[in-house]
Amino acid sequence: MQRSLSWVPPGTDPDRPNAARIYDYFLGGSHNFPADREMARQAISLWPDLPMIMRSNRAFLRRAVQYLAGEGITRFLDLGSGIPTFGAVHEVAQEVRPDARVVYVDMDPVAVAHSRLLVRDDPLVEVVQADVRDPHGLLAQAPVAELLRPGEPVAVLLVAVLHFVPDEADPAGIVATLRDVLPPGSALALSHASLEGRPDQAGPHQELYARTRTPLTMRSRAQITAYFDGFELVEPGVVYLPEWRPETPDAVGPHPERMTGLAGVGRRP
Amino acid sequence: MSAAEPDRGASGHFEESWAGLLREGLGLTVQPGARQRLTARTAELLRRAWQGDPVSTVAAEEAGTLLVDAHYTDPSVLARAVELLHAHPVPKGRGPAVAGAFAAGWAAALRERTLRDQEEIRAATDTARQSAERSLRATEARFRALFENAPIGIGIGDLQGNILEVNRALLDIFGGRMEELRGRRVTDLVHPEDEPGTWLAYDELVRGERERFECTKPYYRKDGEVVWTHLTCSLIRDEELVPHYQVALLEDITDRYRLEERLRHQATHDTLTGLPNRAAFIDRLERLFRAPRADARFGICYLDLDGFKFVNDSLGHGAGDELLVAVARRLETAMTPLGHLVARLGGDEFVVLLERSRGQQDAVTVAKAALSALATPFPVADRRLSVRASVGVLERSVATTTPEAAVRAADLTLYRAKEAGRGRWTLFDPGHHAREVTRYAMSVRMPAALERGEFFVDYQPLCTLSDGSLAAVEALVRWRHPDFGVLSPDDFIATAEQTGMIMRLGRWVLEEACGQAAEWVRRFGTAAPQVNVNVSVHQARDARLAADIGRVLRSSGLDPRLLQLEITESAVLRSDDDSMPTLRSLADAGITLAVDDFGTGWSALGYLGELPVSGLKIAGSFLADTHRPEAAAQQSWRVIEGLVSLARALGVNVTAEGVETAADAERLRAMGCDWGQGWHFGRPARPGEITRRITQELRRMAGHEDTDYYSE
Repeated sequence: MQRSLSWVPPGTDPDRPNAARIYDYFLGGSHNFPADREMARQAISLWPDLPMIMRSNRAFLRRAVQYLAGEGITRFLDLGSGIPTFGAVHEVAQEVRPDARVVYVDMDPVAVAHSRLLVRDDPLVEVVQADVRDPHGLLAQAPVAELLRPGEPVAVLLVAVLHFVPDEADPAGIVATLRDVLPPGSALALSHASLEGRPDQAGPHQELYARTRTPLTMRSRAQITAYFDGFELVEPGVVYLPEWRPETPDAVGPHPERMTGLAGVGRRP
Repeated sequence: MSAAEPDRGASGHFEESWAGLLREGLGLTVQPGARQRLTARTAELLRRAWQGDPVSTVAAEEAGTLLVDAHYTDPSVLARAVELLHAHPVPKGRGPAVAGAFAAGWAAALRERTLRDQEEIRAATDTARQSAERSLRATEARFRALFENAPIGIGIGDLQGNILEVNRALLDIFGGRMEELRGRRVTDLVHPEDEPGTWLAYDELVRGERERFECTKPYYRKDGEVVWTHLTCSLIRDEELVPHYQVALLEDITDRYRLEERLRHQATHDTLTGLPNRAAFIDRLERLFRAPRADARFGICYLDLDGFKFVNDSLGHGAGDELLVAVARRLETAMTPLGHLVARLGGDEFVVLLERSRGQQDAVTVAKAALSALATPFPVADRRLSVRASVGVLERSVATTTPEAAVRAADLTLYRAKEAGRGRWTLFDPGHHAREVTRYAMSVRMPAALERGEFFVDYQPLCTLSDGSLAAVEALVRWRHPDFGVLSPDDFIATAEQTGMIMRLGRWVLEEACGQAAEWVRRFGTAAPQVNVNVSVHQARDARLAADIGRVLRSSGLDPRLLQLEITESAVLRSDDDSMPTLRSLADAGITLAVDDFGTGWSALGYLGELPVSGLKIAGSFLADTHRPEAAAQQSWRVIEGLVSLARALGVNVTAEGVETAADAERLRAMGCDWGQGWHFGRPARPGEITRRITQELRRMAGHEDTDYYSE
């Protein structure tokens, strides 16, 4: 009742910075509002490497999807997909496997509305609004259930998502819940902001994100690696973003740790 | 080599640099295949631009556009690209034109793209908001239905107290229409019977100092009736915790409330007269003691109708009830205007409570007013009944007493008023009261004390005056009271008689004394003393006494002739018919009787002939008087002499009590008195002490006389 005067549905208030739109700005997109840009600029002034880190993360996503599609996986569940401006999962996957199906999941209604706009002509793609913090609710959504139903391997993408899930919401439990419903041969691709690499930046950056609806929790390598419990990590394991299967050795760059994000891909036996 | 054509080496170098540019930064996120196609296509366009004549700005622009479309939107990409284009050796200054066209194409595309992105994100935001609002409206519709149809009254107001929304149930409770409530203020809904603190809690709520409060609250309905509700009022805050609204939930509890009220009234009021009852009176009285001012005083008038039993017995209970109701009305009419509470305690007992008093005079005035209110005869059962009453008046400072003590004191004062003669008021007397209270306290404790073994028996010697030998012992019951120390019979026997406890206590003393006497007989044979046991008026009149004694004698095995019962003269005199058969049957059984405190009755001595009496005990007060000044002493000795000779004439044993000196003992012996009792012969002592004394006497006799005594 306290909202009856000027209630704005969560995530649709342009005056409040939003993680999905900030990410878009970092990637050079214009799917954002002044409040998003303002916060993104503040973040960059604190940590000028941020746009590079975001691109590095996006590049990891691309390589991981490419790899998994190359491994024969045709079902992708992209959790926390955000605003799929470019290099979207279905584009990458369908490049390799034209029959690849993708279900995009995000809790942000704007990201969901935008994604639907973009993929409305692709029958193999679905967009679902759900909260990864409620994995059972998420799995109950019809497009997700349909993706898992035939028992074929499914790639779950948790790229730059779990650091928006605080410890109280039990991120490891969320991953385990998802893992337990995955058919054999399924995969998990995961990247996560880490406390390592640039520990000096961790504090201020987390404080900045505390202003959004999705505060940031950076985690250690051990914590991030533990999310792969029950999966077999593919080479090279959990590494800094640019180090994961680079296309050319020089693509890694001289200081991969500056990218701070850790990433990995695991397969269900 | 055409002038327009860059040399091959330079061209190869350019393509390599161009591909490098597109691999960096954002290029990482682009798929390698797509990127290679883009590299080839843009390089081709640029080459065409350089080669055209004139310069093909269209191709250069298209190259710029393609880069933006492929997400190369970073300005640093443009800077590097322009730099590369300039560095490429092309003929006749075509470089700047191509670079310019490329930059223009890139910028125009970026502008388009930015506008498109913005449009998309706005559209997406709108879509999202619309869909969220649609679901919100659905939710709101559900809540609205819930609000409207809730069986509990709900009202919403702002923090200024304006009523904004109310639901149907609330309208039903108030019996009004929406228009009549909306826009009114919460503070208009005050009711004189609101619980104290209700509006204080409300003020705290709207100031944001408390989250909610609950209370029972009455409201006026539109038709003027009062509706009682259980009210829960809560504060509603927004996401930033700023309070905005108040929500009231009201449950109509009128029926329940009225039932409770009725039950409460029944619990606190007398059904016959409608006056407050004892519980209500005690409650009001106790309230005075809760937080009194230092100098607060109060008064209680206990009032009891004289001879009410007579009304009931002669005119019937209907008339009795009629009278009680009329008395209640008279008292109420007289007292209520003065602000005093009138209550009926039960039966024909009423009480007036002065919650504030300035002194005894106030309470006395009330007592007088109460008596005069009853002075006019009552028309009851077609008669005019004159009724009188007694009033016990207590007026005290709150600080000096307790509710319980005050009630007890007022009650006892009423009894004194009755004893003193009826139709009058009596003022509480603290000195008298202390005695009453002690007696009361003792009587209450006595049964438990008997069971706990707090009573014990001492024995006082009665000696033969001729040789000073031990002839008998008088059993004297003592009470080792935990608060008062050891009490003598004078302290508690009267109380025991009043409460009826005397029968149990008397039986116990008999058992104890007979058991002890039998023990001495077993040990000393004929040298064992007779045991004297006092029997009170009540016991003597009780038909069970003979049976009790028979049982005690049987169980102890004591020869009845060794038991002497002492009865007071006054008891015998008053007992007339009631005790005579009992006393006779006791005498027939071989038990001897002695008249105790002989001489104090100052009445006809004729009864002595009628009674099976074998002993007289001259009251100790006579001997005590012989120690007073000369004239009185002479008078006393003459009385004692008369009593002794009377006893001798009747042929009964005579004992002088209160013998304190050898001279007295000698004088008594000389006048023919048989036995003496008093400090000269020994104070009351523990049985062991008596045992030692018997043993000593036996030794002395054995030493001074022959040992024939033992040969018996």
